[in-house]
Amino acid sequence: MRDQSEEEEIVCRCEDVSLKEILEAIDKGYTTLDQLKRYLRIGMGHCQGRTCMRLVAGILARRLGKKLDEIEWPTVRPPVLPVEIAKLAEVKTDD
Amino acid sequence: MIKERVDVAIIGGGISGIALAYELSKRGVEVAVFERSFIGAGSTGRCGGGIRQQFSTEENIRLAMESVKIFERMESELGWDIEYYQGGYLIIAHTEEEVKQFEKNVRLQRSLGLDVQWLERDEINDIVPELDVEGIGAIAATYCPTDGHAYPPKAVWAYAENARKLGAHIYEFTEVKKIITENGRVAGVITNRGETISKFVVNAAGAWSPLIAKMVGIDLPNKPYRHEILITEPLSHFLDPMVISFHDNVYFRQTMRGGIIGGWGDPEEKPGYNFTSSLRFVIKMARLLRRYVPSLKPVRILRQWAGLYDVTPDAKPILGPVKGIEGFLQMNGYSGHGFMVAPMCAVLLAQYITGEPISMSLEPFSIDRFKERVEGEVSVVG
Repeated sequence: MRDQSEEEEIVCRCEDVSLKEILEAIDKGYTTLDQLKRYLRIGMGHCQGRTCMRLVAGILARRLGKKLDEIEWPTVRPPVLPVEIAKLAEVKTDD
Repeated sequence: MIKERVDVAIIGGGISGIALAYELSKRGVEVAVFERSFIGAGSTGRCGGGIRQQFSTEENIRLAMESVKIFERMESELGWDIEYYQGGYLIIAHTEEEVKQFEKNVRLQRSLGLDVQWLERDEINDIVPELDVEGIGAIAATYCPTDGHAYPPKAVWAYAENARKLGAHIYEFTEVKKIITENGRVAGVITNRGETISKFVVNAAGAWSPLIAKMVGIDLPNKPYRHEILITEPLSHFLDPMVISFHDNVYFRQTMRGGIIGGWGDPEEKPGYNFTSSLRFVIKMARLLRRYVPSLKPVRILRQWAGLYDVTPDAKPILGPVKGIEGFLQMNGYSGHGFMVAPMCAVLLAQYITGEPISMSLEPFSIDRFKERVEGEVSVVG
C-alpha cells in the first residue's frame, strides 16, 4: 500500500494532477491514456505529455495489470514543442 | 457479453447517441449504445465546444434555443462540472452583403424570442476590447449574450454516467458490423462482441453515418469534411465570447483553463476521412489570431488536431425515420454544430420513439427534404 503522502504526489506538473487523481480516474473507468488525457488534462499542458505520459502509462499498466507495451499511446500532436503565434504567422507560404 | 435484447440500439457514442441514451433511459426505455472507440472519441471530443443560437434558419435557431435551456440546467441535472460558460457569441460582419444577411438573421432570431444585440463598428470593442476591429475590417457585429461554450468530453461523460445509472448499456470499443432487418424493418445489430435484438436502431455515428446507413442500403447525402483546430497555452481570462467570422471562416474562444481554442475552415478541403494535422492550417490560423487579437503574438500554440464535420446539403441535421426500413432512425448530419444542438435533438427523438407528444416537428429534419430544393443554413463556419 502506498501511504497518503505518496498518493498526493504530482505526476502531471503542467496541469497539476496527482497520483491519487489518476488512480481514481482509472478506477472510474477511464482506462486509456486518451481518456485520462481528456478527463484530467494530463499531457495537455506545456510539456504536451513529454514529461508525464510515460509515468502515467506505467501507473495505468500497473493498475490494470497489463504490460507497458499493451498501453496505447495518444496521438502525438504537432507542433510538439510550443511555438509562438508570431513565429508561425511569419512562415513563408505560396499563397 | 452484451445485452441480448433491448428496445433501442444506438450506433455511436458521441454527444448525440449518449444524450439520446440518457433521455430514453429517463423515460424507462432500455437502450444499448455501441461505440467503436471510447465515448466522445469522434467529433464530440474534437470540436470547439461552442454553443450558439445565432443561425439563419428557423429550425436551427429553435433547436439551438431549446438546447441552451437544457445546457443551462445540465450541470445541476447531471451533477457534473462541464465548464459551461455563457460568454456569448460575437459574429463579425465584414461586407455590406453580410450586414444585409445579418439584419435578416437578427429579425428572424428576435421574432423567435432570442436576445440578440446589433453592434455598430465602434461598439464591438465594448464586448472584446482586445479585438483589432480596424485590422480585421469589421463593419458591424451581432452579439448574443446567452450563447456560450462547454468542455465537450465532460458533457458527453456526464450524460453517459447518468444514462448508466438509469440502466443504459453503453459498450465502448464495440463495433457494429451489420444491422439486422426482417420484412422491411430493423431487428437489431451484430457487433464484434455479439448480437443485440432491438425494435429501433438509431444511426448516431456522426461523420460515419453514411457508412452505417449503407449497411441497409440507405444513401445519406452527408459528406465527411476534415476541420482542423488548435489550442494555445493557458492565459488569464480575457475573452468572454466565442468570436466568429463567416467571411474569414474562423472561430476562436477561451477555455475555462485559459487556452485559446480556434479553427479555420479550409475552403479547399475535400471530403474524406482525413485526420492529419497540416502546416497549412497552423500557419493560416496563427495569422488569423495575430490579425484578430494582435496581443496574442507572443502566445504559444501547444497543440493542433483535426475532426470531421458531418455535412448535409443544407447544413441542418437529419432526424427521424427513413422510408423503406422501419425502425431505422437517423440522428446525424449536424454539419459542424452537433454538440450545441444534440441535447434537444435527443429529447425530440426520445419523444418520437416513446410516442409522447413531440415538442418540435421532425418534418423539417426529415431525409425526404432532399428530394425538393431547400433553403440552406448560411451561418456556418464552413
